[in-house]
Amino acid sequence: MIYDDSSSTTRRTLTAGARILSTLKLDGPLLIGLGLIALFGQIVLYSASGQDWGAVARGIARIALGTTAMLALAQVKPSFLRRLSPWLFAFGVVLLIVVDAIGYIGKGAQRWLDLGFIRFQPSEIMKLATPMMCAWFLHERPLPPDLKTLLAVVALIMVPAGLTIIQPDLGTGLLILSAGVLVVLLAGLSLRIIGALAVLAVGAAWIGWNFLHDYQQKRVLMFLDPQADPLGAGYHSIQAGIAIGSGGVFGKGWMNGSQGQLEFLPERSTDFIFAVIGEEFGLVGAILLLLLYLFVVARALYLSVQTQDTFSRLLGGSLALTFFVYVFINAGMVSGLLPVVGVPLPLVSYGGTSMVTLLAGFGILMSLYSHRKLVGY
Amino acid sequence: MATRATIKDHWGEQRMFEQRVIAAGVIIVLLLVALVSRLFWLQVLRHDYFTELSQGNRVRVEPIPAPRGTIYDRNGTIMAENRPAYQLELVREEVPDLESTLQRLVGIGLIAKDDLDDTRRLINSRRGFESVPIRLRLTEEEIATFAVHRFEFQGVDIATRLARYYPEGEIGVHALGHVGAISEADVQRIDRAAYAGTSTIGKLGIESAYEDQLHGRNGSRQIIVNARGRSVQALGPLGPKLTSIAPVAGKELVLSIDLPVQRVAEHAVWDQRAAIVAIDPNSGDVIALVSRPGFDPNGFARGLTRSEFAALNTSIDRPLFNRALRGVYPPGSTIKPLVALAGLTYGVIDPKVSRYCRGFFTLPGSSHRFRDWKPSGHGNLDMVHAIAQSCDVYFYGLSDAIGPTRLADFLANFGLGAATGIDVGGEKTGLLPSPEWKKKAFARKQDQVWFPGETVIFGIGQGFMLATPLQLAHMTAIIGARGKNFQPRLVTALRDPVTRVTETLPPKPLPTVSVASAADWQVAIDGMLAVTEGGTASRSAAGAGYRIAGKTGTAQVFTIAQNAKYSEKGLDERLRDHAWFVAFAPAEAPKIAVAVLVENGRSGSGVAAPIARKVMDAYLLRKFDVPDPTTATTTGVAAPGAVPAAAVPAPAGDE
Repeated sequence: MIYDDSSSTTRRTLTAGARILSTLKLDGPLLIGLGLIALFGQIVLYSASGQDWGAVARGIARIALGTTAMLALAQVKPSFLRRLSPWLFAFGVVLLIVVDAIGYIGKGAQRWLDLGFIRFQPSEIMKLATPMMCAWFLHERPLPPDLKTLLAVVALIMVPAGLTIIQPDLGTGLLILSAGVLVVLLAGLSLRIIGALAVLAVGAAWIGWNFLHDYQQKRVLMFLDPQADPLGAGYHSIQAGIAIGSGGVFGKGWMNGSQGQLEFLPERSTDFIFAVIGEEFGLVGAILLLLLYLFVVARALYLSVQTQDTFSRLLGGSLALTFFVYVFINAGMVSGLLPVVGVPLPLVSYGGTSMVTLLAGFGILMSLYSHRKLVGY
Repeated sequence: MATRATIKDHWGEQRMFEQRVIAAGVIIVLLLVALVSRLFWLQVLRHDYFTELSQGNRVRVEPIPAPRGTIYDRNGTIMAENRPAYQLELVREEVPDLESTLQRLVGIGLIAKDDLDDTRRLINSRRGFESVPIRLRLTEEEIATFAVHRFEFQGVDIATRLARYYPEGEIGVHALGHVGAISEADVQRIDRAAYAGTSTIGKLGIESAYEDQLHGRNGSRQIIVNARGRSVQALGPLGPKLTSIAPVAGKELVLSIDLPVQRVAEHAVWDQRAAIVAIDPNSGDVIALVSRPGFDPNGFARGLTRSEFAALNTSIDRPLFNRALRGVYPPGSTIKPLVALAGLTYGVIDPKVSRYCRGFFTLPGSSHRFRDWKPSGHGNLDMVHAIAQSCDVYFYGLSDAIGPTRLADFLANFGLGAATGIDVGGEKTGLLPSPEWKKKAFARKQDQVWFPGETVIFGIGQGFMLATPLQLAHMTAIIGARGKNFQPRLVTALRDPVTRVTETLPPKPLPTVSVASAADWQVAIDGMLAVTEGGTASRSAAGAGYRIAGKTGTAQVFTIAQNAKYSEKGLDERLRDHAWFVAFAPAEAPKIAVAVLVENGRSGSGVAAPIARKVMDAYLLRKFDVPDPTTATTTGVAAPGAVPAAAVPAPAGDE
């Protein structure tokens, strides 16, 4: 009833632009936030790529592709998405197994699936399919979940996360894991179980450590002491630290960051682009970007809260929080707070399919919000 | 399950979700605070530190080599300078197929096959973007050859650099030395920073001894580089305040060498194994310093191929060996004037009293005959004639009367047995024997005994005694200057190439040699004058127009048994006696003192003396007849019978 009043008040004050957004099932504030981040990202990319218009053009093409995916998914009814979830999940797991098998036979890291006309990473699908699956699995069940349900969900999460980590792609694997875990946490997992799981996680981490590849172990160790191997594993961290630190409060200015422009900073247009931002735009620029991210996350969480069924809430909340996990892992690793894992800075880093997946996720979020029943249920 | 599903508490779930979202929001804010704190630490608290690191990352110091000092002879003629040299340079990362490129360069003759391994190693020791000189000093023909094929060699090109050039080639090489690639041993010795950007260093001779002055000081400039070390344009704020230090050019050197005289001297012994040193007795200035065979220093400055170096290094004639400074030979009869002076100084002989020479000398109580070079003997001779005829018997007796220790002490005054202190390194001290020396030099007791016979042959410069051509020239200069003594030297002045301020180095006097009376000098000099005026070397001095005081000498390479006869026939050419001639002129007020040594030249008078004459003519009369090098060996007055056994009667001869 409350919803009735508020929405009718809103409807009276709708402007033409808002009407278009409403028709397209899009959320204006979220769209503006995402747009500002993407715009800033392209400006930074132009500098980080060494003034390469080609890179910017390809970046814009990806934004266009992602926006299309977002627009399309926003139109899809949440109930359809919900029914699609298990199938999409199963499909993704099969593809992951195929990729791992090819990688195993070819004796090398394998992340891509080459379908002849297109190459894509099945693990990207799982970034969306895993929280969808978890939300689908939990939404019919009474919450907070009991232990049996919990174990089942954990198993569901571990399959795609594990398959991705052994590719090996630690960064994406962790993102899939966190997307699933966030669904569980939002579902109201009791604090006692969270505590118990934390203890379990420490044990699992210890065991998992032994399964990590040498270079992954090295990355973790180097995080603890980047100076130990300054020309090898620690080079990324040290150069990123120099870039950010030398940027100071206001930065060296756009296209004037020596660390980035003179190529001391590795992967400066992809995973380490945050260091270019720190160097060229300083503390002020970095904080502004983080505030934009905060705004997007806050708006996404707000939209999730507004949805009316468990599936929508869990999925929306997970998508919003996973987005933040992205930001935090990337900014944390570039600034030396976290180990170096291959996670791109969302909507800014160049390359990969994460731009499309992220915008598709926001498309889903908008769908969940905009298709909500305005008159009770 | 189904029943529980029906009691799903939707409102409860919604509340639970909202609580979780709020909790998540709090965590997000906390994590962002942590992130911003980290950024604050990096960008505010540690900003200066990281700024410095980022500067250090991109600023590199590039050396600017200082031009090496030019070397002039006393007349201002250039003996060593820097000239643009064309060299082949290769940038590895621009070469599509290194191996094939190198093979094709061998194919068109620009790299020697022997040097391929060294070239590969050189290329691999440098960074991919660096231009590596793989072949220095291209000839014009080679430049043309490469120009024709240039399109086939991507990443290879011709570059111009300043390189050391010796316009006179082999002339004076043993005085000048040369520059060569900096070796491991050099690296230990030098200040590496001062040589950054310099690939050569002085080796031997003046180039080595005056390395510090010639080298100057390399400068440097800061450049901006990218992560691969490649120099990039410094643009706007990317370019910090770059500093540069200008190089200080090396000092120019003026040598005492008189190049036209040096040329005459070199050509006089071009095809022989010989050494010539000419000194100005009034200053110690070295007028000419020759050691033959020589070699072209330009080869070393350019970089020799393996086979070229092997050829020089293993040649039986040892062209790399500096005979003038490092060759030690028995001085033979050349020291007879000194022995005479020693006798006068110690008062053991009256120069006017004649002694009888019957062709041999015996010590009291011994039947061992010390033979004269003239088996029939010289008959009655006073001191002047004994020197003139180089009578061995006279000096056997005189030496015995002086005694070995006193004789050695006296000879030491003339710089024998010690380094002359010439301003280039590497000279040998020779050997001045004495009973005391023998005690120290030999380990076995029976070897330490000084035998009376050793005193006898000491008087004619045989036995243990050894001297370098430089030492004998120095000795001769002291006699000519009547005891005045200057340290031999090659460099007379240093000049700053920029300010043109010249620092003239004064001659360095050594303790004057004193004898009993000034008249004693004249006795010895009269003897030496008699050598060229009716004595053993009169042919060579004929018609000079100035008076030459000289002394011939022969250094035995091969010891003849007591009863055997020295026969040239069947004796390996390299076992023949070395020929000496020392002289100064004009005798009254000498301007030049010369020592000539011709290895296996047999005859001091026949071979060495004419060479000394040419050098003196060149210096005193400015007569520069440079003979055709191919006939140089046969020039000079023929004196085939310079040895006792020779069938042809000799006009003069010596021991």
